[in-house]
Amino acid sequence: MTLKLPESGTQSGPKLSNTALKLVLAAIAMFGFGFALVPLYDVFCEFAGINGKTAGKVEKVEQWVDTSRTIKVQFITTNNDGMPWEFETLQEEVEIHPGAWTQVAFWAFNPMQNDMVGQAVPSVSPSEVAQYVQKTECFCFDQQKLKAGEGRDMPLIFSLDPDLPDHVRTVTMSYTLFDAGDFAE
Amino acid sequence: MTTATANHDDHADHGHHGPAKGIMRWVLTTNHKDIGTMYLWFSFTMLFIGGAMALIVRTELFQPGMQLIEPEFYNQMTTMHGLIMVFGAIMPAFVGLANWMVPLMIGAPDMALPRMNNWSFWILPFAFGMLLFTLFTDAGAPNFGWTFYAPLSTTYAPSSVTYFIFGVHMMGISSIMGAINIIVTILNLRAPGMTLMKMPLFVWTWFITAYLLVLVMPVLAGVVTMMLMDIHFGTSFFDAAGGGDPVLFQHVFWFFGHPEVYIMILPAFGIVSQIIPTFARKPLFGYASMVYATSSIAFLSFIVWAHHMFTVGLPLQAELFFMYATMLIAIPTGVKVFNWVSTMFRGSMTFETPMLFALAFVVLFTIGGFSGLMLAIAPADFQYHDTYFVVAHFHYVLVPGALFGIIAGVYYWLPKWTGNYYSEKLGKFHFWMSFIGVNVTFFPMHFVGLAGMPRRIPDYALQFADFNAIASVGAFIFGFSQLIFLFLLIKTILGGEKATDKVWEGAEGLEWTIPSPAPYHTFAEPPHVK
Amino acid sequence: MFSRTWQRLSSVVLGLLTVPTALAEWDGNMTRGVTEVSQSIFELHMLIFWICVWIGVAVFGVMFYSIFKYRKSKGAVASKFHESLGLELLWTAIPTIILIAMAVPATSTLIKMYDTTNADVDIKITGHQWKWQYDYLGEDVGFFSNLSTTKDEIYNRIEKGENYLEEVDKHVVVPTGQKIRFLITSNDVIHAWWVPDIAVKKDAIPGYINETWALIPEGEEGLYRGKCAELCGVQHGFMPIVLEAVTADEYQAWLGDQRAGKVAEAAAALGDFSYDDLMTEGAEVYARNCAACHGSEGQGMGSVFPALAGSPIAINDMAGHIDILINGRPGTAMQSFSAQLTDVEIAAVITYERNAWGNDTGEMATPQMIIDAKK
Repeated sequence: MTLKLPESGTQSGPKLSNTALKLVLAAIAMFGFGFALVPLYDVFCEFAGINGKTAGKVEKVEQWVDTSRTIKVQFITTNNDGMPWEFETLQEEVEIHPGAWTQVAFWAFNPMQNDMVGQAVPSVSPSEVAQYVQKTECFCFDQQKLKAGEGRDMPLIFSLDPDLPDHVRTVTMSYTLFDAGDFAE
Repeated sequence: MTTATANHDDHADHGHHGPAKGIMRWVLTTNHKDIGTMYLWFSFTMLFIGGAMALIVRTELFQPGMQLIEPEFYNQMTTMHGLIMVFGAIMPAFVGLANWMVPLMIGAPDMALPRMNNWSFWILPFAFGMLLFTLFTDAGAPNFGWTFYAPLSTTYAPSSVTYFIFGVHMMGISSIMGAINIIVTILNLRAPGMTLMKMPLFVWTWFITAYLLVLVMPVLAGVVTMMLMDIHFGTSFFDAAGGGDPVLFQHVFWFFGHPEVYIMILPAFGIVSQIIPTFARKPLFGYASMVYATSSIAFLSFIVWAHHMFTVGLPLQAELFFMYATMLIAIPTGVKVFNWVSTMFRGSMTFETPMLFALAFVVLFTIGGFSGLMLAIAPADFQYHDTYFVVAHFHYVLVPGALFGIIAGVYYWLPKWTGNYYSEKLGKFHFWMSFIGVNVTFFPMHFVGLAGMPRRIPDYALQFADFNAIASVGAFIFGFSQLIFLFLLIKTILGGEKATDKVWEGAEGLEWTIPSPAPYHTFAEPPHVK
Repeated sequence: MFSRTWQRLSSVVLGLLTVPTALAEWDGNMTRGVTEVSQSIFELHMLIFWICVWIGVAVFGVMFYSIFKYRKSKGAVASKFHESLGLELLWTAIPTIILIAMAVPATSTLIKMYDTTNADVDIKITGHQWKWQYDYLGEDVGFFSNLSTTKDEIYNRIEKGENYLEEVDKHVVVPTGQKIRFLITSNDVIHAWWVPDIAVKKDAIPGYINETWALIPEGEEGLYRGKCAELCGVQHGFMPIVLEAVTADEYQAWLGDQRAGKVAEAAAALGDFSYDDLMTEGAEVYARNCAACHGSEGQGMGSVFPALAGSPIAINDMAGHIDILINGRPGTAMQSFSAQLTDVEIAAVITYERNAWGNDTGEMATPQMIIDAKK
C-alpha cells in the first residue's frame, strides 16, 4: 500500500480528522459524565440503600408493628461552623418497635441580633439503615427561618420499616445544622 | 517528468532549509522534535522547582519543632510540590518523550496534528506561571494538598484557589489535546507493514496512556468546575448545607486520580521495555503478554478508585469490592516484572547508564508495588492510610519508578537527539548518587509511617525524629545529584564523541535507522516494515 | 557429624528465624495494639509483608543471578527465546491463588471491623479546626480536648517534653472490657480520628456521621495516643488524641467527677474573682485556645487571623467582645467558645485580652457578665 503521507507541518486526510473528532467527542462526553456522577451518586446510594442519607417525605400509612423487638434510636445534634443557634434534641433516645410511628422534638434558638436561616442535614448510622427510615414530618425537609432571639420546637415524625434487618439493635439519627443564608430560598 | 523534477527540487530546497532562526522558531514550531525538546526542558525546570519545594519541606522536617517556616507556608509547599511534580514534571516529560520518539518509532514524518501540538505545549508555561504566581500573593498559594479535598478546598480555601482551578483547566486541555494527537498519529500514520502488534512497546504504552488521558482528564475538569461553581456561583455540590456531599468530591476526584497514576507509569513501562532488550541483546520476553497486561492494567484502573478512600465510611460491600479489584491489579503488573526479568535471563548484558536506570526501575518500582499491595488490604489500610507509609509507596513508584524511567529514556535516546555520546562516567556517577539518594530519602518513610506518623504535618512527635533526619539528608543528596544530570545534558548538547546511527549494539527499531543527530525532517517517505 | 558448612548455614538460618520476631516488636513497625482487631490487622500486615518479601527474594534472586552470570563481559551469549504461554499462565495463576488466599482473612477482619452492634458506651466525636470534642451520649458529659504542648516547645525556646505533640488537656476516658461505639463527625472540614493502638481510624465529615467501635480488653488499662489523619488546615499536625482506658469502676467514678465538675464550674462562676485571678487564668486560656491563630503576642497572622493587640474590639467594645466569644463570628474561622470554655474561662480570657500587649483598658469581664450575656 503506497500512501502519500503529509509532510511535516501540514494536516490533511479525512481519516485524521475523523479519529480526532471522535476523540474530542469522547472527551466532551467524559466531562459530561463527571457531572452526571453527581445525580448518579445519589441514585446509586438510594438504590443500594447506602450512604446514610434518608429519603424525602413519605405519606403516613398504617403498617404492621413488629412487637417482637425494640430498637434503641439515639438522636444527636451538631452545629456546623459558624452556626451559633442553640440546637438540641429534647429526648436523647427512644425505644421503639419497627413499624410504629413515633414523634420526637428538637429545640432551636437564634441568639443573634439578626434573622437567620438554618438547614438541618440528616445522617443515619449504620448507613445501611437509612433506607428503612421513613419520615412524614421533619424539620430537615425545609429550611428553618428564625428571627433574632426567636426559638421553637421542631418535630420529627418517623418510623423504622418492619423489614429492618434483625441484627440492627441501635440506630443513631444525627442532624447537623448549617447556616443556609447563602442558599436561602 | 517536469512535475516530478519540480517536486524533487521543492523537496530538496525544503530539506536543506533547516529550522528557522531565533526565538520565533520555538514559538511557532510545529516540528515534533522541537516540541519534544521544549516539553523536556520545561519538565526539567519544573522538576527543579518542585524539588526545591521538597527540600524546603525536608529541611523543616529535619528535626522536631518549627525551625524554618510556619505551618501555613508548609502546607503551601507540600501542595505545590505535589501539583508541580505530577502535572508539571512527570506528565510533560512523558509527553516530550512521546513527541520525540513516537513518530520516529512508527516511521511517520511528524505528529498527525502538528499545530495543535504547538498549542498543547505553549499552554503549559502559562498555566504553571499562573499557579506559581500565587506563591507571591498575600493569600498565598493553594494549601489544601495536591488532592484538594472539599470543603478545605472550597469553603475554606484561600483566594488563590481560583487561579489553581484555571491552571488545572489549562493544563488539562493541553493533556487532552496531546493525547488526541498521539492516538490519531498512531492509528493513521504508521509505516506500511507496521501492524499494531509490531509496534514498539513504548508506542503501545503511550497509545493506551493516551486513551486514559482522553477519558479521565475531562473528569478532572468536571470536578474543578464543580469547585468553581461552589465557590463563586452558589452551588453546593460538595457542601452539605445545600444538600451536597464532601465525599462526592472524593469519588469524582479519585475516578480521575487513579487512572492518573497509571498515566504516570505506563510510559515508563514502555521505556524500560525498550531498554532492557537492547542492553541484554535479547528480544523482549512475552511481547503479546506485555501488551495484554498493559491493557488489563488500564481497564482495571477505572474500577479501583475508592481504595484511596477506605476510611471515609464506605459501606462494607463497596469496601470489599474495591479491595478485591485493587488486589487484582497486582497480577498484570507482576506479569510485566516477570517478563522483564525473563528478558534478562540468558541474555548478554552490558550496563550502560540507561540500563542501570532501567534495572533500578525494575527493583525499586517493584518495591513500591509491594507496599501498594499491602495498602490494598483494606483492614490493614486503616493503619496505613494518610501516614508516611503511603508517602513512601507513591514516592517509590513515582521517583525510582516513573522518574528513573524518564531519565533512562533520556540517556537512551540522547545520542540520537544530539548526535553525541554522553560521558558514561558522568552518567554512572549521576546514577549511583541518585540511587543512593532516593533510597536514603524514601525507605525510612515506610518505618516512620508504620510507627504512626501522619502525612502533611510540619512537625512531629519525638520518636519519629531519627528517620526523618535520615530522609532529609537523602533528599539533599538526591536533589543535588540532579545537577550532575543538568551538567551532563548541556555538556553533551555542546559536543562529545560522535554517535552512530544505531548508537547501541543491541538496539532495534526504526528510530535507529536514521542518522544521529536525527535530521529536522525524517521519514518524509515512509519506510517499509517487514 | 555435620560439615562446617552445614553448621554455619544452620546458624545463619536460625539467626534469621529470630528476624520475624525482632521485626514484629521493632518500633519502626506497625503496633500490635491492645485489641483483638488491632492484632488481626497486625497479623494481616505481617502476612502480606512476608509474602512480598518471598516474592521479592525469588524475583530479585533471578534478576541478580542474571546480572552476574549473563554479562557480555563474562562472555555470555544471548539466547533467542522470547515467549512461553505456559510460563505466562503459570505466573498469572500463582499470584492469583496467593491473592485469593490473602483476601479470605482480610474479608473476615473487615466484616468484624464493621460490626458496631451491641455497644455498651456511645461517644460522639466531633472534629474541629483544630481540636477534638467528645460527648458521652446519655451521660451528660462532654468536653473539648486541645493540644497541651506549649508554643515555647514548638518554637524551640524550651526543651521538648517526652510526649511532645502527643499530649492534650483532657483525655478521652473509656472503660476496658466494654464495647465502645464512636460516632464521628466534623464541625468544619474533613478531619480523621486515629488511635493506632486500637486500630481505629475514621474520617470526620461535616454533615455526616460515621460509626466505628473498639473493645479494649480488661487488663489493658493505659494511655493510647493518636493523631488527626486528614489534612484539615494550618494546625492539622497539632490536634492529637489521648485515649485513657480505665477499669469499668474507674470509668463510672470519672463520669461522676465530670458531672460534678460541671456543677462546680457553674457555681464557681457565681463567686468573686480578682483582677489578678482573671489575668493569670486568662493568660493560660489564651495560650491554650487562642494563641494558635491570634499569635502569642496578640499579633494575629496576616489578613487571615486579626490582631488583638490594639484591636478596637479588645479596647472599646466590651459587649461586642463578649458576644464574639459566646457566638463566634459567622462566616469566619472564629468559632463560638461558649461550649468549649466555662464562663470563668471566657471572662478570664476577655480580661486578659483587654489588658495584655499594651491594650491596658484596666477593664475586667466577670463570669456574671458572661452568664447575663448568654440569657
